[in-house]
Amino acid sequence: MNLSVNVQEEQGTAVVYLAGEVDVYTAPALKETLLPLTEQSSTTVIVNLSDVTYIDSTGLGIFIGALKSSGKAGSKLKITGANVRVKRLFTITGLNEVLDIEEDQREEV
Amino acid sequence: MEKTKLSMYRSYRKLLHNYLGSNREEALHCARQWSKKMIDQDMSPEEMVSLHVAVFKELVAELPMETIDSFDLLLEVMNGYGRAHREHLNLRDRQRQLDAELEIAARMQKSLLQENKLNVKGVDFGVISVPAGIMSGDYYHYDIDDHGHIGVAVADVIGKGIPAAMCMSMIKYAMDMLPAQRLRPGTILQNLNRVVARNIDDDMFITMTYGSYNPECHHFCFASAGHEPGFIYSANTDMFHDMETKGIVLGVSPNVAYQEYTISLRHKGDFIVLLSDGVTETRINGQFLERNHIIQLIRKYIHLPAQTIVEQVHSEMEKIQGFQRNDDFTLMILRRNV
Repeated sequence: MNLSVNVQEEQGTAVVYLAGEVDVYTAPALKETLLPLTEQSSTTVIVNLSDVTYIDSTGLGIFIGALKSSGKAGSKLKITGANVRVKRLFTITGLNEVLDIEEDQREEV
Repeated sequence: MEKTKLSMYRSYRKLLHNYLGSNREEALHCARQWSKKMIDQDMSPEEMVSLHVAVFKELVAELPMETIDSFDLLLEVMNGYGRAHREHLNLRDRQRQLDAELEIAARMQKSLLQENKLNVKGVDFGVISVPAGIMSGDYYHYDIDDHGHIGVAVADVIGKGIPAAMCMSMIKYAMDMLPAQRLRPGTILQNLNRVVARNIDDDMFITMTYGSYNPECHHFCFASAGHEPGFIYSANTDMFHDMETKGIVLGVSPNVAYQEYTISLRHKGDFIVLLSDGVTETRINGQFLERNHIIQLIRKYIHLPAQTIVEQVHSEMEKIQGFQRNDDFTLMILRRNV
């Protein structure tokens, strides 16, 4: 399974659209794109997970790295559109307490 | 050396002579044996062609100039193959060396995990931990403190293989450095978190559940750092419940407090299951194994001793995955049996 990473930047906001699976194989590509964005101070980085079916622990690590980097640089990191399985992962790992995770607008089954 | 070359020359001359004569089938068979032997002796492809040319010239007296010239061209081409062959041999040697080093590291790692039996009256205990590859990112621990309480832990380092294994040894040593007097599970996780946060890469983390069981009053006090929830089994109702906890994974920030929970194994036969996410992250034909499936597997063997249960569950999981593990697997059961 692959991961596509698309970035739309405008006026201090960068939206990162992900589609596919974030796992040990695709995580390096995500890191390469996400980290430099969080290193820009006063930028809000929004990661849209609406089309992400699965995140493994390596993938989760990339979000932790991005969170630490945004803390250092003074940028903001937001996560949106996580499905039930992905949200469960954020909850179990307690990362929902430190990451800004926006509720998915879609109906959940 | 010269003697070897001469005998090689003679053997090959006999082989080619047979082939050009009437014993083609037999010669072909011998040729296959020959190439095996020459590969073992590190003969390069261009050396083989040179030998062939020399023998051929002797056997067939009047070779056309074009044939002889064509061999020169072939030799030139074979030089390239020769370089690739030597590179392959180098890589093979390096691979063997790495494998040997990895074997030693894996043995060292294995010695970090306890293997002695936990013998406590009134407690039936079992644990299994199997790496996906040679080295594991899972860690488990059990011991008895001065008060006769049993401390148990299962930890899971992000990723797998060598980097995960190196972090796993950090947890082991950090656990060993904890003060000898009994600490509360929340305090233990808080201490470990400080060590991990200081020593880990920005995008790595460790999850862990630590618990302490008092065999006298049957209370199990535990805390979790973002770890896959375990189960509590109640023999009275014959039901499994999730060990729901709050607590962030180790390594995200240095100052974190971990909430503690206490449950009671009220009846004989009640037990606690701790596991790593290698158990629940199992995918079969692209589908995830649900936690319910693990419960079903435990139920199937519930009448057996704890050690047999964990071993049987692991063996069934291997079977359904077609013996292809994607992640390290750790499963621990602690049962009250009085």
